Amino acid sequence: MNANSLMALMPILMLSLTAVVLMIQASIKRDQSVAWFISALGFLLTLWGAGYAREFTQPVTVLLIVDDWGLFFTTLIVAAALVTLILSRDTFSTEGERKEEYYLLLVLSVLGAVVLIQSSHMVSLLLGMELMGVALYAMIAFPEKGQLPLEASIKYLVLSACASAMLLYGFALLYAATGDLSYGGIGLKAMLAYQQNPILLMSGTAMVLAGIGFKLSVVPFHMWTPDVYEGAPTPVTGFLATISKGAVFVALTRFFVEGQLYEYQSLMTALAAVAIASMLIGNWLALRQENIKRLLAYSSIAHFGYLLVVLIALSHEGAEAGLIRQAITFYLAAYILTTLAAFAVVACIAGEDESKNQIAAFDGLFWRRRIQASSLTVAMLSFAGIPLTAGFVGKFYVISVGIQSQLWWLLAALVIGSAIAIYYYLRIIFTMTKSAGTAASGQFRASTASQDVLAMLLLIMVLLLGSWPQPFIEFAGRL
Amino acid sequence: MVMVNLILILLVGGVLALLSERLDENMPRKVALGVVVVDLLYFLNHLLAMPELNQLQAPLASDPSTWLMHFRADWIPAFGVSIELALDGISMLMVLLTLVLGAVAVSASWTDVTVRRGFFEANLLWTLAGVLGVFMALDLFLFFLFWEVMLIPMYFLIAIWGHENRGYAAMKFFIFTQASGLLMLVSILTLVAVNHSATGQWSFSYFALLNTPMAETTAHWLMVGFFIAFVVKLPVFPFHTWLPDAHTQAPTAGSVILAGILLKTGAYGLIRFAVPLFPDAAMDFSYVAMVLGAAGVVYGAVLAFAQTDFKRLIAYSSVSHMGFVLLGVYAWNELALQGAVMQMVAHGFSTAALFMIAGSLQERLHTRDMREMGGLWHYMPRMGAVAMFFVVASLGLPGLGNFVAEFLVLLGLFKVDPWMTAIAALGLITGAAYSLLLMQRSFQGEPNPKLADHGLIDFGGREMLTMAVMMVALIGLGIYPQPVLDLAQPVLQSLLEVTP
Repeated sequence: MNANSLMALMPILMLSLTAVVLMIQASIKRDQSVAWFISALGFLLTLWGAGYAREFTQPVTVLLIVDDWGLFFTTLIVAAALVTLILSRDTFSTEGERKEEYYLLLVLSVLGAVVLIQSSHMVSLLLGMELMGVALYAMIAFPEKGQLPLEASIKYLVLSACASAMLLYGFALLYAATGDLSYGGIGLKAMLAYQQNPILLMSGTAMVLAGIGFKLSVVPFHMWTPDVYEGAPTPVTGFLATISKGAVFVALTRFFVEGQLYEYQSLMTALAAVAIASMLIGNWLALRQENIKRLLAYSSIAHFGYLLVVLIALSHEGAEAGLIRQAITFYLAAYILTTLAAFAVVACIAGEDESKNQIAAFDGLFWRRRIQASSLTVAMLSFAGIPLTAGFVGKFYVISVGIQSQLWWLLAALVIGSAIAIYYYLRIIFTMTKSAGTAASGQFRASTASQDVLAMLLLIMVLLLGSWPQPFIEFAGRL
Repeated sequence: MVMVNLILILLVGGVLALLSERLDENMPRKVALGVVVVDLLYFLNHLLAMPELNQLQAPLASDPSTWLMHFRADWIPAFGVSIELALDGISMLMVLLTLVLGAVAVSASWTDVTVRRGFFEANLLWTLAGVLGVFMALDLFLFFLFWEVMLIPMYFLIAIWGHENRGYAAMKFFIFTQASGLLMLVSILTLVAVNHSATGQWSFSYFALLNTPMAETTAHWLMVGFFIAFVVKLPVFPFHTWLPDAHTQAPTAGSVILAGILLKTGAYGLIRFAVPLFPDAAMDFSYVAMVLGAAGVVYGAVLAFAQTDFKRLIAYSSVSHMGFVLLGVYAWNELALQGAVMQMVAHGFSTAALFMIAGSLQERLHTRDMREMGGLWHYMPRMGAVAMFFVVASLGLPGLGNFVAEFLVLLGLFKVDPWMTAIAALGLITGAAYSLLLMQRSFQGEPNPKLADHGLIDFGGREMLTMAVMMVALIGLGIYPQPVLDLAQPVLQSLLEVTP
């Protein structure tokens, strides 16, 4: 550990500093807008830190690896955290006092996500996941008045604890099998261990994957998702859907690639089953949802099913690792942007009023809130994978990678899943285009200028990434 | 650049129409009409200035410069995607048809649409832009993009301004086309991957992908992916179920565009992509396709006969007529292909006109149920006469375009399969039956006294002018089809050369 490695840790340092400053501020004078500004400043500094650290990419101890790929996702996630911050202000500013802790929790959770992204060792994986998760339990339950948030929080807490226990047990088994806990070390020693005792290694890996799968909410570990999505305050739901899931997927990719898990046929078969089930069941269950947050929960299950296809593609001999990495980068970026766009609108229009999270409550939005409605429309089209949106290029990557690795069954599930998905995405668009003759024009919460600008910005980014992806593809290729 | 401009004019025109609503409520329709007419004139102006038009040569698949127009610019070089547009005789015909029917559609929406007119005309123009893109794109990525993107404004047209069951119809339309489109996307990407492994180049260009060497089974599967996407759009039995709903529920202008132009994108796709990209596989498959086509001809006609809804009857008749196109394409000889192209144009005009008449009736009577009509000729003689003209055109009266088309298809088909020809010819008889039934039930018979209360107004100048354009077109196609045949001939000849 030298000065150089400290420079490489700049984003983590900045986030930790922000957390400390927030705690000191809360002990001097409790003021929510000051806390907001400190967090915003902290995130901006972290963004700078992520750029700064690009000069110093290196493995830092055995625990962390700082590379361009991780730094890109750090940037993306901190930017998403900024969006969450903006949405949170509108949500929480109206609901009484003493919300400074929320911002502290948010910063800590992002810190956990960044550690997760840069982890190269089982210990840092667990550290990051727990830091992110524990802060999230409190964030989900933050509006202390309602029952739903509490229920969601308890559900998430209990199931997360189970997942962590699985993860730890998996670590123990892997350690017993290989005598190493770093991804690279496991990758080197696993094949030998597999030949000696396949059951030990496979059950260890399977348990780790199950723990991670829980956080990604892929089928069959998806049961908690709709309830938690529905119960959590909308900005926190957005956080969960983008930052938490995105960071975990990056960590999974690192473990998967470094640990060379793609070498084991039985594991790949199991993962393929998980992916197919996620794509089909996720999309199928989304069909009948009446609550938009629950609908988005099921849709995210399906999207991580699509992403798993890319990982499974690594197992094929002809697979190009570079293309697969690019595909993951693009798909995750597109997914995070699109999800942010969707939740920004839901948070703005529906707020915390449960009845307004019903799809029917979006009746006629098109004619009353043009910008918000257009943003949600584009987000839905992007989720559905219609050309000119970011989601299409993402799907394009997934299908290309699948074809190269000849995963015909997975592709068939993807096509069927996407075909089902069109229905519920279109349903939202259709509801918005209804001419709401009965509803009064005051039905929707007024949107502030910052919300409109945010919606507009996210809309433009989703369209830009979809219609002119060349610069981003080149960038992703260099990572 | 001309082709890019053609699309851009419509896109920008759509925005203008949208904005013009703020000035005046009646402004959007004028702007929209102006935009389409300007686009048409711009295109004609460029065509007439081209010396090649008088001595058409066969466009070579290997050499884009032999095409009438060709444009290429890089778009996403990382994938080998470019903006590549090209025009030959067939696409030129389709572009002309699109623009003329586009103007007709604007005219059909003149009084039909009363709410949110700006957004309506904008969606109309954007749909037309997407269709033009489909007819001109020769980069498969770009083609797929237009193929999918044109759905969205069309979806809005049905979902916002449609009739009582619009939500269901719009959803069905979108899901059918999108789901089959995904199959095509997988096929396109596989084709590109196969081409990549053969040549080491990533390219989506039609010219690069033609003659891609591939295993027989691969070719079969890929061809099926394209085939399904196109026949869903065409539509062919048994993939036709979205059509009666979408056509019936769409606003008049939407039905005109759907039946007149959108269906033709499917036929165009078959001729341009499905067969030439996989000639051997397509020829092996041709019998199945012809059976589906013949089944569509008969099935569509029988169902049309059973309808009581004016628009639904026309919609089913489209299924029947499009069966001829499929037969023509898969008979794959010059006569039959000429017939198919002719049918695309003639059916475009005749059906568009019939849907416009249906729309006018709905506007006046607030119903499409033919049981509540009868004797309308008595109240609206001009409309009756016009309807009579298009009904006999649709049933294939000699002297009008549809007859030439169907006759050519049957003639070409006879060389390939006489039995199939016999079955398809049944379609002409049943066609006469349901067409005359339509006429008889709505316009002839005893005048229904209840109808007089609606204060029926006959066709006015705008409507008659619109109808006259289509009548002239159909008579022209029927009496002197040679120019159209000449335009298509070199293209078809070069297409026929790619197949064994």
